[in-house]
Amino acid sequence: MAELNRPFAPGTYPVVIVGSGPGGLQLSYFLRRLGIGHAVISSDEAPGGMFRHFPLFERLITWSKRHTPVPLNSRPYDWYDWNSLLADDPSHRVLVPDFMDGTSIFPSRQEMERGIAAFAERNRLDVRYGCRWVATRRHNDGFTLETTDGEYHCRVVVFAVGVAEPWKPEIPGIEHVPHYVEMRPAREYAGKRVFIIGKRNSAFELADALHPWAKQIIMASPRPVVFSLYNRSPAASVRARYVIPYEDHLFGGGTFALDAAIDRLERHADGWRIFATGTTHPVAFTFEADVLVAATGFTTPLADLRALGLKTFSHDRIPSLTPFWESATVPGVYFGGTASMGAVGLRKYGLGSLSGGVAGFRHNMRILALHLAQTYFGVDVPKRELRPDEVVPFLLAEANGAPELWNQRAYLARVVSVQPDARVFDEGVLPLQYFLDSSGPDAVAITVETDDHGEHRPAAYVRQRGAINEVVLPGDPLLNFDGQDHHARLAEVVRPLLPPASF
Amino acid sequence: MIERSDIVDTLAGLALFADLTRPQLEAVAHTFEEEWFNEDQRILRQGLAGSAFYVILEGEVAVKIDGERRSTLGRGDFFGEVSVLLGGPPTADVVAARAVRCLVLSGPEVEGLLMTYPRVMFRMLQAQARRLQQANRWRS
Repeated sequence: MAELNRPFAPGTYPVVIVGSGPGGLQLSYFLRRLGIGHAVISSDEAPGGMFRHFPLFERLITWSKRHTPVPLNSRPYDWYDWNSLLADDPSHRVLVPDFMDGTSIFPSRQEMERGIAAFAERNRLDVRYGCRWVATRRHNDGFTLETTDGEYHCRVVVFAVGVAEPWKPEIPGIEHVPHYVEMRPAREYAGKRVFIIGKRNSAFELADALHPWAKQIIMASPRPVVFSLYNRSPAASVRARYVIPYEDHLFGGGTFALDAAIDRLERHADGWRIFATGTTHPVAFTFEADVLVAATGFTTPLADLRALGLKTFSHDRIPSLTPFWESATVPGVYFGGTASMGAVGLRKYGLGSLSGGVAGFRHNMRILALHLAQTYFGVDVPKRELRPDEVVPFLLAEANGAPELWNQRAYLARVVSVQPDARVFDEGVLPLQYFLDSSGPDAVAITVETDDHGEHRPAAYVRQRGAINEVVLPGDPLLNFDGQDHHARLAEVVRPLLPPASF
Repeated sequence: MIERSDIVDTLAGLALFADLTRPQLEAVAHTFEEEWFNEDQRILRQGLAGSAFYVILEGEVAVKIDGERRSTLGRGDFFGEVSVLLGGPPTADVVAARAVRCLVLSGPEVEGLLMTYPRVMFRMLQAQARRLQQANRWRS
């Protein structure tokens, strides 16, 4: 009976999504809104993906604020709530804050998991749980996925399998070292000397959690710590919430954050010996520790996809993707959720996208759903026509409050096209890289960027007769991009594209 | 799962980093990001600010100004440094002539790298001097 109730029996589907974390659920939601048939399969037993287990000790590092300058349930509110999935029905939005107890703007893991589960439940998103993808075959007209429940055939496959498989660098002796995911409750480390390989967020999360218990904590990795306070990036830097162990390091309180390359690791009956060489200062180190842990990050579980020709980067951990999150080398294979970070974008001024977190990839999944619907299934979504005099206020309103443009700075952009007959259309939110590298009618794309001085500013990219011109608009101390100066400057930029007397 | 990383070995074989010790190479490898570009993909865009510094680990890129191919760069070569050092947008497109694996360092981080490793700065100056010499020969 239980088997009869399970959705998505093995068979043929237009699209198969692998994964029931926030990425898979968000994509399923938008595909269904577009009427695209699909199956969702997952090796898990419940929704939530990595948030069923991680982070181990701490709250998330992404905010969900209930009291904001904009109304709850409005589109601009999504900028203040980085953790809830997107929904068109207002009653299915703001779900993560609904489960938060108000003691922090950062949800706990449990609060996040409940918010995702509520999204799946309230939207009645079906998933075939307990169904593990094990192998992949490619055909002329699509793919066959071998799973523990049988074979699935599809034209397009989207792997939303997270970047949550433990990864360790190649260091002699590391094969016996436990990974971050194997850590036990903090109190079990009372009175221990703990050595953590790594100095990124997961390492600092451990250091912060063990701080009240361990008698010594050493974190070591070749590169100096990079805090978000320094590089102004919420991605790929240690967040300010973890600054306390570093302050302890600076004050000499028993926590150390060292710049050292680990040469080799030796296990003894009562602990570990770590041999390392300083990088910032050339010193040979030998450390003794009771506990050794590798907080060295995660990789994408790619199974046999490399054998199909899938290219990866970042130590073979991340699939290399096109701006629409398709494998750069295996057409028809797409990646959702965290792995959508494989479409790197422009990284202007060194700031990466937020595609590695829900805040960013939820927007990617909305765009991906529409892209798949249009590209593979001929779905025609009418575009909104704009009057020429609406263009400047519309684009500035987007720069002011569009969550896509703020969550995915210099990565996603609102695009308005001007057709040869002078009609103007809202082309929606698109990957900026796609806009810059593709041809098309005259158009303008607006995004939000953060420059190397930390100033947030709207940037317009004007495509006229195939040539792109970048125009960065003024910033504003209160981030109000709706002033007279902004209107005048943007009008000057778009005027050559529009019919005379549009202003 | 342990994946093999050969970036440090590759860096050790490049002229730009030839003077660094193994631990220093490890620090450099952790400082840069690695990226992979398919053939014909644009890596650097003429006229767009906020770009980065790239070192080619594998493959080949074409340098194009206003769509016209001006030169080709390969393994061990670097690009993007002029716009980063001068603070302006790149004056050329750089496009993958075939699949390319690069190390990437964001513009704001380049000064820190060069100040931390003066021998890398010296090697970069040497390479720039050679490029200038070649350009002058071409003109004369």
